Amino acid sequence: MHASYQPPSFEGYVPSSDSAATPALVVIVGAGPVGLCCAIDLALHGVQAIVIDDNNTVSAGSRAICYAKRTLEILDRLGCGDAVVDRGVGWRVGKVFVGDRLAYQFDLLPEDGHRRPAFVNLQQYHLEEALLARLSALGGEVRWKNRCAGVMQDDDGVTLEVESPGGTYRLRADRVIAADGARSTVREAMGLAFPGQVFNDRFLIADVRMTGDFPTERWFWFDPPFHRHQSVLLHRQADDVWRIDFQLGPDANAEDERRPERVLPRLRAMLGSERPFTLEWVSVYTFQCRRLERFVHERVIFAGDAAHQVSPFGARGCNGGIQDADNLCWKLARVIKAESPVSLLASYDHERGQAADENILESTRSTDFITPKSDMSRVFRDSVLALAAQHEFARRLVNSGRLSLPARYRGSALDTQDRDAWDSPLTPGTPLLDAPVTIGGAARWLSAEVGHGFDLLVFGDRIDMLAYRAINGLRCVRVIEPGAVGDGAEGERVIVDTHGLLVRRYGAEPGSAYLIRPDQHVAARWKRGTPADVAVALARACGASSENSIAADHHAQSRAA
Amino acid sequence: MPLTTTPNLARPDEFYQALIEVHAGLDRAQSEALNARLVLLLANHVGDAEVLVQALQAARSSFDSGSET
Repeated sequence: MHASYQPPSFEGYVPSSDSAATPALVVIVGAGPVGLCCAIDLALHGVQAIVIDDNNTVSAGSRAICYAKRTLEILDRLGCGDAVVDRGVGWRVGKVFVGDRLAYQFDLLPEDGHRRPAFVNLQQYHLEEALLARLSALGGEVRWKNRCAGVMQDDDGVTLEVESPGGTYRLRADRVIAADGARSTVREAMGLAFPGQVFNDRFLIADVRMTGDFPTERWFWFDPPFHRHQSVLLHRQADDVWRIDFQLGPDANAEDERRPERVLPRLRAMLGSERPFTLEWVSVYTFQCRRLERFVHERVIFAGDAAHQVSPFGARGCNGGIQDADNLCWKLARVIKAESPVSLLASYDHERGQAADENILESTRSTDFITPKSDMSRVFRDSVLALAAQHEFARRLVNSGRLSLPARYRGSALDTQDRDAWDSPLTPGTPLLDAPVTIGGAARWLSAEVGHGFDLLVFGDRIDMLAYRAINGLRCVRVIEPGAVGDGAEGERVIVDTHGLLVRRYGAEPGSAYLIRPDQHVAARWKRGTPADVAVALARACGASSENSIAADHHAQSRAA
Repeated sequence: MPLTTTPNLARPDEFYQALIEVHAGLDRAQSEALNARLVLLLANHVGDAEVLVQALQAARSSFDSGSET
């Protein structure tokens, strides 16, 4: 139990005779951050989903705390960004100490001109409460105390066996999103293997409340004087709660280490005997890195920890899961509305599978550095730390967690590869770069102006937009320099690049065009676009004949190789 | 030519992982022998006597800066 946080307690859902009879378009299993983001996103796309959850409250304990800039931009699109950012604490600097010496520090967002900071820390239960409020405002429904006990698929849909306070009932859905976490009951019911790696080291999480004078930064210690031969991680959260992770080694006894008489001396050694603090939460855990081979199993689609699990170093779990939701929901909505072929969902598997592999690779490397698994691995680790005091190259090798960066989808069938040479990192598959802009005289952020549908950014005040605007299913936005005027055509959306950052970050010239997907990833870009180019790229991004596109990609790649 | 101690590895984490993995399945004595061979290979690749002497000194002096390992 938390010392000071009072979690809400929701009424369990008792099915009526209609509950079983009425089929749903989408059932989402799991009301964690990923399931709730899916429900909100689908609702915004006009697809009402039913969420079921075996519990009757939000996440207990100290779980996800760090939300990356990309996640915040997604939450902005879902209408929850301010709730999370206002309540949480922003940070961008990480410091790594070896012993009692600062070895190096990193700045995760060293430039201005972005709406959101590199990271915001917030307890997962606060995030979930914000998501629930948003879902409720959209008319969404969570059936609490409804547990998925069975999954049966046929050609037309999925039937879930649901245990509820009113007994077991059958819930029919067109599609199911399994967002029910690392111990997914859906995954289990379908008998799917979840292969991966278990790490043996135990870690103690102690959340304390204190009015600390530590700065709002990520501090990581290797071998600190207050916890010899192990590592310690300190993060600030909301409500004056600080998260402290102590590495305990593989032989620690989880029961013993949880006891206050064991925890408090560790904390006093770290924080000093004078500083008043109270214990908010204590738990002992180990980690695993695993993934499903496929995330899409016909009509059942896995997202978040149910699909892939990572170690916590690098904040890649919840951030990865919310990016899953961001990637999946626009595609699922298009398929359900018959705007795109079912094969569009294969791109979710491909793109998010890539992201999961990257997250598992990075977090495994970090875990291997923090908890060396062989004598020689420890010798190299300690040698890197010893050299880091003197030599910059060794600081680059110190790995206390490589923090979550937005996924860049490579070689996706939905994206059109660059034809031109660009002085901008925004290759197709990359999420947009934010910038401050002006619209109708009011200050805005680009990240809040595009996405959710397909957008075309066209740079330059003299470009004829009419042919672009004639393309179906596309919202066109003209980007102009301050002082320039658009052609003033009725209904034209015009963004003023107030600080010139858009032109710079997008490497744009007059006539350049960027096609942005609903998840704000770049689908295609042209130095000098033509409406014909854009129409072809848009069709491809919507999954039109995606098999042909994949074949074409392979062909192009083998020729390039 | 001075010894390069600024970052020079294109993908440092990938190199580090490969360095650890090349030791997989070796006992301690074999691992130490592997390290020695690796040093000799890299030294030959570097070639420059001045650079090698600086590297030897940098490695040795890291024991004098308060580190116990």
